[in-house]
Amino acid sequence: MIPASLEDLAENFSLFDDWEERYRYLIDLGRELPHMDEGLKTDERLVRGCTSRVWMDFNVEDGVLSFVADSDAHIVRGLVALLVAAYQGRTLGEVRNIDIAKVFRDIGLDQHLSPNRRNGFYAMVERIRLLALPC
Amino acid sequence: MAEGRVVSFADDGASPWRCDFPALAHRMHGKPLAFLDSAASAQKPSVVIEAMDRVYREGYSNIHRGLYEISQNLTADFEAARGKVARFIGAQEKNIVFTRNATEGINLVAQSWGRTYLRAGDEILITQMEHHANIVPWQILRDQIGIVLKAAPIMADGRLDMDGFKEMLSPRTKMLAFTQISNGLGTINPVEAMIEMARKSCPDVKILVDGSQGVVHRAVDVRVMDADFYVFTGHKLYGPSGIGVLYGKHDILESMPPYQGGGDMIERVRLDETVYREAPYKFEAGTPAIVEVIGLGAAVDYLSAAGMVNVAAHEAALLAYATPLIQEIDGLTLLGPEDLYYKAGVLSFTMDYAHPSDIGMVLDQCGVAVRSGHHCAMPLMEALGVDATARASFGLYTNRDDVDALIAGLRKVKDLFG
Repeated sequence: MIPASLEDLAENFSLFDDWEERYRYLIDLGRELPHMDEGLKTDERLVRGCTSRVWMDFNVEDGVLSFVADSDAHIVRGLVALLVAAYQGRTLGEVRNIDIAKVFRDIGLDQHLSPNRRNGFYAMVERIRLLALPC
Repeated sequence: MAEGRVVSFADDGASPWRCDFPALAHRMHGKPLAFLDSAASAQKPSVVIEAMDRVYREGYSNIHRGLYEISQNLTADFEAARGKVARFIGAQEKNIVFTRNATEGINLVAQSWGRTYLRAGDEILITQMEHHANIVPWQILRDQIGIVLKAAPIMADGRLDMDGFKEMLSPRTKMLAFTQISNGLGTINPVEAMIEMARKSCPDVKILVDGSQGVVHRAVDVRVMDADFYVFTGHKLYGPSGIGVLYGKHDILESMPPYQGGGDMIERVRLDETVYREAPYKFEAGTPAIVEVIGLGAAVDYLSAAGMVNVAAHEAALLAYATPLIQEIDGLTLLGPEDLYYKAGVLSFTMDYAHPSDIGMVLDQCGVAVRSGHHCAMPLMEALGVDATARASFGLYTNRDDVDALIAGLRKVKDLFG
């Protein structure tokens, strides 16, 4: 099950000693993530990356963010699941206050937030941040 | 041409050159580094690093200008490096234009030669296996002057379809531009046969060979090849980044206008008229990448001493070692020619249960550096019916240990995803 909060997520990751266990958990999280409707995987929703593709669709209603996202790569799907745990159903104010870099650092996955990964995931995080910026 | 003395290899296939590359002694995620991404950019031998360091520490200045000793010495070293590069590919100094990289060499030919000598309706033929660097400059030219850009098809095994290629040659073909070795698959093209066919069918054709991968894996002699232009980059050839080479037949270079204007490329400038220097200098506007040229000179000296024939033999032995091992892995599809005679040191593959991005990330944790993605050859990926591949590529320093680390890492990928 995808943890409902960042605290649960951090606690789960704290149980792992090495990269392999972290990656296994990440891959499992990716498997839990509901697949996006094939019809929604349009070019407009595609976040282009050099190595893998990420599609995402946002909705902000009454100041609350909801989104669905998917990727053609397992580990990136796991990373997307982490973003769901972090951001889904939060108000834009809450989204602004989440230090996502710290979250990824704490769970030992911060290298994936580096802009040079070019896997579409980084661009997705940037887009969420921009969305929450005050106009 | 770089023959070198004949090297006898150790029984375990260990590279006699590995210890010359200090960066390979480092670790990645605490694991011994298995660097299998040389097709993207290669590591540098100490002699290259030291040659560049020496210039900055012991006598740096601008070149072609100063009347003082260090400028004159460095100018001499710079021009000597042009000679080294020329001899490395069987050319003369006057044929060698220094560029930023292979990409700039192709853009230079497209803009200078192409805009001068091509007209709407003229055809340029490339292949489906080109790097974007040998596609996009011609598309820009097409959009500027209305030439027709065609791509010769490849077969399912990633080799050029020679019948399809022959059919696409016509008297309207004015430029044939193709890669010597595919960066995505390692396919070695039959360069001489292609050039001979083109010259027979198209009397006016000029030929550009992208040697970015070829010059790294093969002994190249442009006189035998008989291309009009040959481009490559320094950073894949164990030299620095930011420096590349455009070889051109001298009469053709002389017939081309400058690509960029500025200092160092002129004979005399008046506000109403400028006289350019002769080729290659008229294509080298502004202060060049001085120290990088010195570094590239050191790299080709190093490779000449190693002998490109020996390098090719080492890499071929390694490919023969690695190919059956990687094919043993369940659910792995190896792309490119099955007959290794047609293939340089590249393993490009997909796995049924893991995306190339997953493969790359897991291998990273195992200390194995590979490239995942479309390899800047999206039309090639499309022709093969894949979005992306994982690619392990060899250099002269690659050992069986690196291949073994790759295979162990791929078993881990299977364990995690399969």
